[in-house]
Amino acid sequence: MLKQITVTVNGVQHTLEVEPRLLLVHMIREVLNLTGTHIGCDTSSCGACTILLDGKSIKSCTVLAVQANGKSITTIEGVAQNGELSPLQEGFKENHGLHCGFCTPGMILRATELLANNPNPTEEEIRWGIAGNLCRCTGYNNIVKAIQYAGAKMRGDELPSTEPEFV
Amino acid sequence: MIPQSFQYESPGSLSEAIAMLQQYGEDAKILSGGHSLIPMMKLRFATPEYLIDINGIPGLSFIKEENGILRIGALTREADLEHSDFLKKKFPIFSDATKLIADPQVRNMGTIGGNIAHGDAANDHPAVMLALNATIVATGPDGEREIPIDEFFFGFYMTALQHGEILTEIRIPVPPSGTGNAYYKMERKVGDYATAGVAVQITLDDNGVVTAAGIGLTNVNPVPLRAARSEQALIGKPLSEASINEAAQYASEDCNPSSDLRGSEEYKRSIVGTLVKRMIHQAVNRANN
Repeated sequence: MLKQITVTVNGVQHTLEVEPRLLLVHMIREVLNLTGTHIGCDTSSCGACTILLDGKSIKSCTVLAVQANGKSITTIEGVAQNGELSPLQEGFKENHGLHCGFCTPGMILRATELLANNPNPTEEEIRWGIAGNLCRCTGYNNIVKAIQYAGAKMRGDELPSTEPEFV
Repeated sequence: MIPQSFQYESPGSLSEAIAMLQQYGEDAKILSGGHSLIPMMKLRFATPEYLIDINGIPGLSFIKEENGILRIGALTREADLEHSDFLKKKFPIFSDATKLIADPQVRNMGTIGGNIAHGDAANDHPAVMLALNATIVATGPDGEREIPIDEFFFGFYMTALQHGEILTEIRIPVPPSGTGNAYYKMERKVGDYATAGVAVQITLDDNGVVTAAGIGLTNVNPVPLRAARSEQALIGKPLSEASINEAAQYASEDCNPSSDLRGSEEYKRSIVGTLVKRMIHQAVNRANN
């Protein structure tokens, strides 16, 4: 039995007829063709499918599309504004916060909420904050730097150096 | 992985939800945070024919103190418990426990009611509830009933909740001054179930005598376990290294862990003993401050 739902995705309202068992990530990727949200583990472990639901980061592989009825969604496609990269996207680009890029959309959406709640996080707070997002390339160091860079940019502070550190 | 088909209902009130649960009986499941249920449905371990989504019911998410009772609504998200300033002051054990539950995204969805109603001895809130002597409120067709936490967990994924009832609230007596509480679980990685976890609440009087103690254990027994002998080893006497060691010893003897990927039975018993000592010390430090 199909359910009618209305969701706002990246500022655009959609009214859809969906099966109740349709997962939110499948709605995003296969119904709306927004394939920037990735499916990694499909078991709410890896964070690749992280999106914002009413501003809160959630794993869209473990939420039903019908649960998003009446809510607002932000995916990676909605992060850049007017063709301008967001501070986080810029931070990841400038600090080599990605290698293969598979985890990056989820990392950026998670870090978006993290910085919204805590504009000046410590390194430890960032590492705990992205504990639900796995990256198999970078070793996380440059991801932490990217989030610190974005935080500084959003606060209007001096930007930290993007020179690689050899340790 | 895609769940089996089901009929989805999103009632707008508690009475409507309870009526649906009565109508659909054992074929219905309640959808709260969904982070235990939906993974099980994706694996087809759970195949409910009806899903009753209680997220649209107002008034089920709150943290408040009234007449010496801490009241927590069942739909309160783990993230709300984690960041509650009120809880940090009087019940830091919630911050201890929630920051070790899964990860930030899961905590944005997962609820305390779901965590307890799931009846899983590997979940973290049950041990905390035992240590804090909580009362579970179930609302059914005949209204509310209170279930003491010691009568709530029956067996593997089995609780005192009846069909047609919804876990709506948790009530916890606010302890007197001189009380401290703490929780820690040993886990292999973020998001793992506990190798072992220990929740402790201790009340000391002005002379340093233990007047109350609650100790709950996570994932070392088929059901969430109260370390009753350990509690008794502490109560009625001044806290000493000897009584703490005794409490730790009893807890490691009285739990029933199984050997698995997280460690051998012997290893888990030793972890329980160590964590009981550490959590008693941490709870007492908090009581003294």
